Amino acid sequence: MSQSEQVVSLRDVSKTFERTGTSALEGIELEIGRREFISLIGPSGCGKSTLLRIVGDLIQPSSGDVVVNGKPAHQARLDRDYGIVFQDAVLYEWRTVAKNIGLPLEMGGWDRRRRQERVHEMLELVELTGFADHHPWQLSGGMQQRVSIARALSFSPALLLMDEPFGALDEMTRERLNAELLGIWAETGSTVIFVTHSIAEAVFLSTRVVVMSPRPGRISGVVEIDLPQPRTNELREDARFAELIRDVRRVLRRGGGLDEHEEPLPVEERV
Amino acid sequence: MTTPIVAAPPRRAGWVGLVGRRLRDWGPAAVVFLLGIAAWEGYTQLADVEFFLLPPLSTILETVWNDRDTLWSAGWFTFKEALGGFVIGSAAAILLALVLARWRSVGAALMPFAIAANAIPIIAFAPITNNWFGLLNPASKMAISAVLVFFPVFVNTLRGLTSVRPQQVELMRSYAAGELEIFRRVRFPNALPYIFTALKVATVLAMIGAIVGDYFGGSQDALGILIRRSAGIFAFDLAWAAIVVASVVGIAFYAAIAAAERVATSWQPAARVE
Repeated sequence: MSQSEQVVSLRDVSKTFERTGTSALEGIELEIGRREFISLIGPSGCGKSTLLRIVGDLIQPSSGDVVVNGKPAHQARLDRDYGIVFQDAVLYEWRTVAKNIGLPLEMGGWDRRRRQERVHEMLELVELTGFADHHPWQLSGGMQQRVSIARALSFSPALLLMDEPFGALDEMTRERLNAELLGIWAETGSTVIFVTHSIAEAVFLSTRVVVMSPRPGRISGVVEIDLPQPRTNELREDARFAELIRDVRRVLRRGGGLDEHEEPLPVEERV
Repeated sequence: MTTPIVAAPPRRAGWVGLVGRRLRDWGPAAVVFLLGIAAWEGYTQLADVEFFLLPPLSTILETVWNDRDTLWSAGWFTFKEALGGFVIGSAAAILLALVLARWRSVGAALMPFAIAANAIPIIAFAPITNNWFGLLNPASKMAISAVLVFFPVFVNTLRGLTSVRPQQVELMRSYAAGELEIFRRVRFPNALPYIFTALKVATVLAMIGAIVGDYFGGSQDALGILIRRSAGIFAFDLAWAAIVVASVVGIAFYAAIAAAERVATSWQPAARVE
């Protein structure tokens, strides 16, 4: 990670929700370099989604600095530097698959022909060619989420923000989309911030896993994931993979994310 | 290459299949309709029901045919009153809903009055609007229809405009969209099914407003006047014939809006329309 190529830099970012008076985030310091794949992981209420929204200028921090691509987050949003994928696909039901993918391009003022070409490329990338004229309700959950990813990537944003994008999908679909996402990431060279509940998913995808702890939301540790690239599903049986998962769990426990008295994580998390 | 989880939906069935499905869908309703007609006709004929209570359906239909010129011109006249009220009332309702969805504080200030106004039996104002706009002026009936139409369209439009999923708006913000763009591309399309549901109800209300408005006095060409006058001179077949015409006009009005709905919200799965 070269220090001159920071995509995101968070300095002493805090967020207090005024209405409830709860402190969602406190003293967050994080630097994210170009082409990194960062996962934010932690128990519910640790503020990981809040942090993602602050980076994307969808909510404002109470204090601290958020710099994206060398400018304030607000300017980065106006410059369309973000592609966002939520847990729900958040497709616009009245638009076809192709028009959903083309929406950010329309907003960016692309002319019709370039738009169509680009949408076609994206459909190929997420393997949905032939579904261009379908409406969202005609697609399965996994396919909808692929449309959502294609839409977020269509305008080649510098930064991809993903908030538990595969959280609502079954395990098999999730693993397949994990692999697809890594392929897309390698191909497009974007920087990703990925919020997840799943330790295995975080370790499998990321270059670094940022572990957060709740009340108030803090970063309790960062685990470097030194698994080789490109990553394949065989890696999930690798000893190093298991070791890294143990490391993440250790940091989670230290931060209070894995209380000994709490329910252990679901079986699939333990590899 | 991943295999798609869901295959493309099956192509539309052939013409024969379509007719078959339509028959299955509409068959039961058609049977009930025919039974109702038969019961009406049979009962009035066999039980010798007094003519002023309920004339036989065949007599009514005969009158519809014989007096078709008077009836249809009255029907057309009243439809124009209803349509005028429908357009004015719906347009005003949609515009106000757009303003209130944009400036919520204005909405908070006005909403209690809108709700209170809705509780007023609007039809009670018919004699007053006759006074305001003149007995023979169609505007007096349009006013009643417009006010009747206003509230359901207003409430539904506002709900449609504001029931957008927050993330659909967040996503637009991330594309650097302004408020106007969010209205045009998210809130308004989201509201369309709500608006059309209300507009369909509004067609019925507009017809009621126009006809009841006529009952308090109006042009000799109007359907409501025709019904009142014929009932007054014991020409119940003509009164019933006028009601049949009013029903046909009302149903056609409703069907026209329903057809517009299917065009405007064709993206909806068929099951969700209706």
